[in-house]
Amino acid sequence: MNDITVTQDDVNSLSFHLKKDAESAGYYLNPDTGFTQDLVKGLIINEHRYSYPSCPCRLASGVKEKDIDIICPCDYRDSDINEYGSCYCALYVSQAVSQGKKKVGPIPERRLPANQKTKVHKVIPKTEILATLSYPVWRCRVCGYLCARQEPPDICPICKATKERFERFI
Amino acid sequence: MEWIHNEGKNKGKVILYALSTCVWCNKTKELLKDLGIEFSYLYVDKLSKKDFEKVLEDVKHWNPACSFPIIVINDKKCIVGFKENDIREAFKK
Repeated sequence: MNDITVTQDDVNSLSFHLKKDAESAGYYLNPDTGFTQDLVKGLIINEHRYSYPSCPCRLASGVKEKDIDIICPCDYRDSDINEYGSCYCALYVSQAVSQGKKKVGPIPERRLPANQKTKVHKVIPKTEILATLSYPVWRCRVCGYLCARQEPPDICPICKATKERFERFI
Repeated sequence: MEWIHNEGKNKGKVILYALSTCVWCNKTKELLKDLGIEFSYLYVDKLSKKDFEKVLEDVKHWNPACSFPIIVINDKKCIVGFKENDIREAFKK
């Protein structure tokens, strides 16, 4: 696989946007700038390789449907921040870490191996409840945002995940 | 397949499976270099399709979760993740 050249400008530009989006939604980027820039560079490389920015610290298959849960921000980010203070690669951290009150370290992998993956637990409401709903309810698998409308939004207003990261919740 | 060799003290056969974009893999590689150990490493994300399939079997053997970095010592002991204390301990002697 050929290496691509990632310029410092590319890294700065994406870092700036990620930071802005994160802070506007109550998320925090790792305050260690060098560390964060290396991860952002990894995201740019993966975007170039696979056409989607999969987690720099996970092995991507190259098939979007199989990697959908590890496209940054991944489906496991929020749970890992809550439990460990950072996501798996540590691009995103908790408020305590962002303020330097807590340190981050490597954390265990929450994602199940491919052969153990099961379909996301589906909530099956009673039909009478369904019948009274005027709209289906969609859930963002990244941040848990719920909305009742005919289709999910193109971009999650909270975490900026794309439409395909939504699942039918009710 | 491109194994990259790092010269150093011989502590047995030490190999590292890593991802080129992974910050924790890089920290692991730098730690091994700081410890002055002879080892070889492979960037699994940079392999050709053919080599990838072959290497993936080895990787799964050592770590079914397929998470990185993976250090394998003498085809016996395996350390998954940037576990700094475990790594230092393993090469103490």
